[in-house]
Amino acid sequence: MNSLIRRSIYPLYCNNFKISTRYFADGAVKEKIDQIVKNNKVVVFMKGIPDAPRCGFSNAVVQIMRMHAVPYESHDVLSDENIRQGIKDYSNWPTIPQVFINGEFVGGCDIMLQMHQSGELVEELKKVGIKSALLTAEESKKEGA
Amino acid sequence: MVYTEEYIKEKLTKELDAVHVEVIDDSDGCGAKFSVLVVSDKFQGKPLLARHKLVNSVLQEELKTIHAFSQKALTVEQWKK
Repeated sequence: MNSLIRRSIYPLYCNNFKISTRYFADGAVKEKIDQIVKNNKVVVFMKGIPDAPRCGFSNAVVQIMRMHAVPYESHDVLSDENIRQGIKDYSNWPTIPQVFINGEFVGGCDIMLQMHQSGELVEELKKVGIKSALLTAEESKKEGA
Repeated sequence: MVYTEEYIKEKLTKELDAVHVEVIDDSDGCGAKFSVLVVSDKFQGKPLLARHKLVNSVLQEELKTIHAFSQKALTVEQWKK
């Protein structure tokens, strides 16, 4: 009887334990991401590094940032599995890359591309005190004309 | 589970009352890379991020295995232009 109870209770206990450690791990990752995205005006979570992106979508975001000459901090999710999954949970967004401005999730590659095309990106950057290089170029063109 | 263009098109059309959906499998058939265009008035008044999140939420299960996903979410009016 005793062993029967043990057999039926032990797996339950074991499962609970796993759930609670996972919960703590998730909490720590969330806190870490919180700090990362609040530490810099613009943060990009990507595959690879800006000089060597390891995914076409990440590369596209890097190119957009370069065009606007945006200073940003990048994080390579391929070098940290916790962050790779954690960032998806954090922003409730299923894919990488992910862009944060002023601590807020802005979007992935599609959204950045569309914001770039519509001019919205220039405005968003302006709000956090970053002047897009495209804006500077436009202004100097007008002055010249 | 390997998803097909037809499956995704049907699901998006149904769940989002879409009047037009285009789905392209960019993966050469392995089903892990898709581009979609969704035209629906459910996007009316919603900013870009909310629209994309709406599409993602419909494909929540599927996106666990689809690892590259590109989307355009337009209202009927935007699409006609």
